Amino acid sequence: MTETDSSGDRGGSVTTADGDESEADGRPTADATSTGRVAFSRSGARRGFRDCLPVAVGVAGYGVAFGVLASQAGLSAAEATLMSATVLAGAAQLLAVDLWAASASVATIVLATAAVNLRYLLLGATLRPWFADRSALETYGSAFFTADENWALTMRAFADAGATDGADGSEPTDAAYLLGSGLAIWLLWVAATVVGTVASDGVADPARYGLDAAFLAVFVAIAVDLWDGRTDLLPWTAAFVAALATAVAVPGRWYLLAGALAGGLVGVRRADAEVDSREVGG
Amino acid sequence: MSSSPATALEPTTVGVVLAMAVVTYATKAGGLWLVGRLELTERAETALEVLPGVIVVSIVAGELVEGGPEEWLGAAVVALVARKTERLPLALVAGIGTVVLLRGSA
Repeated sequence: MTETDSSGDRGGSVTTADGDESEADGRPTADATSTGRVAFSRSGARRGFRDCLPVAVGVAGYGVAFGVLASQAGLSAAEATLMSATVLAGAAQLLAVDLWAASASVATIVLATAAVNLRYLLLGATLRPWFADRSALETYGSAFFTADENWALTMRAFADAGATDGADGSEPTDAAYLLGSGLAIWLLWVAATVVGTVASDGVADPARYGLDAAFLAVFVAIAVDLWDGRTDLLPWTAAFVAALATAVAVPGRWYLLAGALAGGLVGVRRADAEVDSREVGG
Repeated sequence: MSSSPATALEPTTVGVVLAMAVVTYATKAGGLWLVGRLELTERAETALEVLPGVIVVSIVAGELVEGGPEEWLGAAVVALVARKTERLPLALVAGIGTVVLLRGSA
């Protein structure tokens, strides 16, 4: 009895999972992704939801802070909740509310949102192989629920599953994991926003509770989260210095642009230098 | 301002929120869509990787300029606790608590 035989047999027996008809032959390594069969099933979504709940509780901490800050910026509870339900992007929402409080223009707010969210292009790109054979509805429906936290969990789950079909008793690779884990984030993010807006109503003097310091605290925490090691050191230092100098010298929010430009340029130059030293003449 | 009723949905605000939602979804779905159709240059990829971090750092810098020693110390506490424990709510509480304590003793 060869390995090929056994996987073929068992592969056939698990094709009852939702939407697997395109791979009814059940060969675990034969599809275009060369990563094995990737399902999209209810149980995969459930697994993602369950795994992500503890993480989502942490995210809810931001959510409460967001609700409070949104209220103080003049957004109603309904408006803040609508934002959390439809945007679902923590850093971008917090930045938008900060800009809102500073009476920034609509264009500034939307552009800043786009800039902070550009990283999702990359996150989405890394997910592509797992969705190669999934339907547009499954793929682009799941995409809405991509957040940093559940993306990280999903990539870990995919790596752990090692593209198996579950036939050997291990967890099968299931693209619905992204949707399930994202739903956990979405639910707690929206609920926490409501809690935050309600809580802020009872706060007469935000400074007394240090709530005005919450912005700084949240962004410092996000920075720690995003820190990717020494490659970040130069671009981050450049951004920090440029933003600091601009904030001291120029009123308004120009420091954001100055910091992003300086950091971005240094980051790209640094990568260029690395490429140059790798391939001479390139 | 913050006295607006909880259920108020001001048209301009809703418009901004929906524009943010569209832009955000475009970035989330765009990556999945673009791969295979468009080859990102290495430099564009680097820029995408670097931007979120440097934007957040710039925000921190601006907030630090607006604050004083209390906020600076609070920020340091957040960074330390977040790095050591990787528990965000704990880091936020510790940092904000530091600011409140420092203000109380000032």
